[in-house]
Amino acid sequence: MSPVRTALPLALVAVLLVGCGGADDVDPSAPTAAGDPGPALEGTLTVFAAASLTEVVDELAEQMQEENPGLTVRASYAGSSDLAAQLQEGAPADVLATADERTMQAVVDAGLTAGEPEVFATNVLTLVTPPDDPAGVASLADAARDDVAVVVCAPQVPCGAATERVEEAAGVTLSPVSEEGSVTDVLGKVTSGEADAGLVYVTDARRAGDAVRVVDVPEAAAAVNRYPVATLADAASPEAAAAFVDLLAGPDGQELLADAGFGPPDGP
Amino acid sequence: MTADLAPGTRPSGRAGRPAVAGLPRWVLLPAAVGAALVVVPLLALALRAPWTRLPSLLTTPAAVDALLLSLRTAGTATVLCVLLGVPMALVLARSTWRGVRVLRALVLLPLVLPPVVGGIALLSAFGRRGLLGESLEVLGVEVAFSTTAVVLAQTFVALPFLVVSLDGALRTAGRRHEEVAAVLGARPTTVLRRVTLPLVLPGLVSGAVLSFARALGEFGATLTFAGSLQGTTRTLPLEVYLQRETDPDAAVALSLLLVAVAVLVVVAVRGRPAA
Repeated sequence: MSPVRTALPLALVAVLLVGCGGADDVDPSAPTAAGDPGPALEGTLTVFAAASLTEVVDELAEQMQEENPGLTVRASYAGSSDLAAQLQEGAPADVLATADERTMQAVVDAGLTAGEPEVFATNVLTLVTPPDDPAGVASLADAARDDVAVVVCAPQVPCGAATERVEEAAGVTLSPVSEEGSVTDVLGKVTSGEADAGLVYVTDARRAGDAVRVVDVPEAAAAVNRYPVATLADAASPEAAAAFVDLLAGPDGQELLADAGFGPPDGP
Repeated sequence: MTADLAPGTRPSGRAGRPAVAGLPRWVLLPAAVGAALVVVPLLALALRAPWTRLPSLLTTPAAVDALLLSLRTAGTATVLCVLLGVPMALVLARSTWRGVRVLRALVLLPLVLPPVVGGIALLSAFGRRGLLGESLEVLGVEVAFSTTAVVLAQTFVALPFLVVSLDGALRTAGRRHEEVAAVLGARPTTVLRRVTLPLVLPGLVSGAVLSFARALGEFGATLTFAGSLQGTTRTLPLEVYLQRETDPDAAVALSLLLVAVAVLVVVAVRGRPAA
């Protein structure tokens, strides 16, 4: 914010020096966009983002709106495949960020993206149990015991596909009591104490805080989930869309992502 | 469905049925728009269905398991609804106590609750750490992740349909026949069995069929409360939701199957004389 503070008096001085006639030459938004090379962005930017990105995207949206007072950023959060389906049905959006490359590829194949998708973060699975760990789970192998009610994602959804890869890498076969359709549902079953253990993303475990106990799964490195982002062909504000992608992949976005538990784009 | 229930939700017995003739013409337009709102999406679903792949999509083990589980659990839930709902409706319809109106509103609650709220409520009661969960576990009843949980969820959401239908039928039928039977010396149980129940049988049947249909369509509470495992807790609506992730065609095919069953059920109810 310090560039803004110094830029504001400077701009005022410039206006005074040039005089009334020259005031038109000074971009009225220049002081607020001091850090930005281009002119301030205006209009409405619609971001479709995987539910796991909620906090990060909210934060970035707020930052963009502060820097560009004429810009309104709307974000729609849902499961990646819900978002892809909505776009294929013609929902208007400028940016899409999904939790896996398979879903993004479907949107790319449908010809809906403007540029190449760019991977901006990674995520890995971890094992969580209720805080009091009723079943005594210290490893993935423990979760495979008969007396442990373990819940995982169904193979059809990205976290379920990752679960299968982790099982393979660890040489462990889980017999889940439930295969949920979303990672949120897995987490819910663990935090409510219904399940003794569940496989969720590191970011979900981080967000759950004290509601869960985290068990490290070294084998999870075998199933890294890559998050791609792309601007969309029918974007109403292509410049704002590109600026958002830059922000997400840039230092500010990366810092927020790391805080939320995401790994860097090239893997954890 | 609400149209079927409407007579039961207010004491319409006194007012009688409104005449259909003599309606202003303009009523037809919004009525047609309303009908289109219901029919057009279903038509669109049918048009989108992969008809040639339908047989293979509906015979996968996952689809067959889901259908059989749905029919089994919805059937059990309907039996439970009848066993619990008939006494409830009798109490509601024949009670002279003024607080009964509040009670009637409470019974209706699952109809208006968002399904996920119902699921969370069920978890709070019957979950492993719920109000009754631990006692049940001591008794050896495992509700978590079991087919029992599915039946509980379905019964929870379907019960009001039976109670409301039957309550309406009972109050419309009035007590005259029962009083005559009682004066003639019949004991209360005999009156109930020989007079009351036969009199409201159409209402009972349509209530049971509606309960079955609602149980079959139950989704949110099951997902929240019971989980999703093929053959154990993954009912047809849950399978549709999951298939949508990878095979939208399969999801459409299964949706169509659910609609077909629902249509059969609704036609079965509409074919009966209104209570």
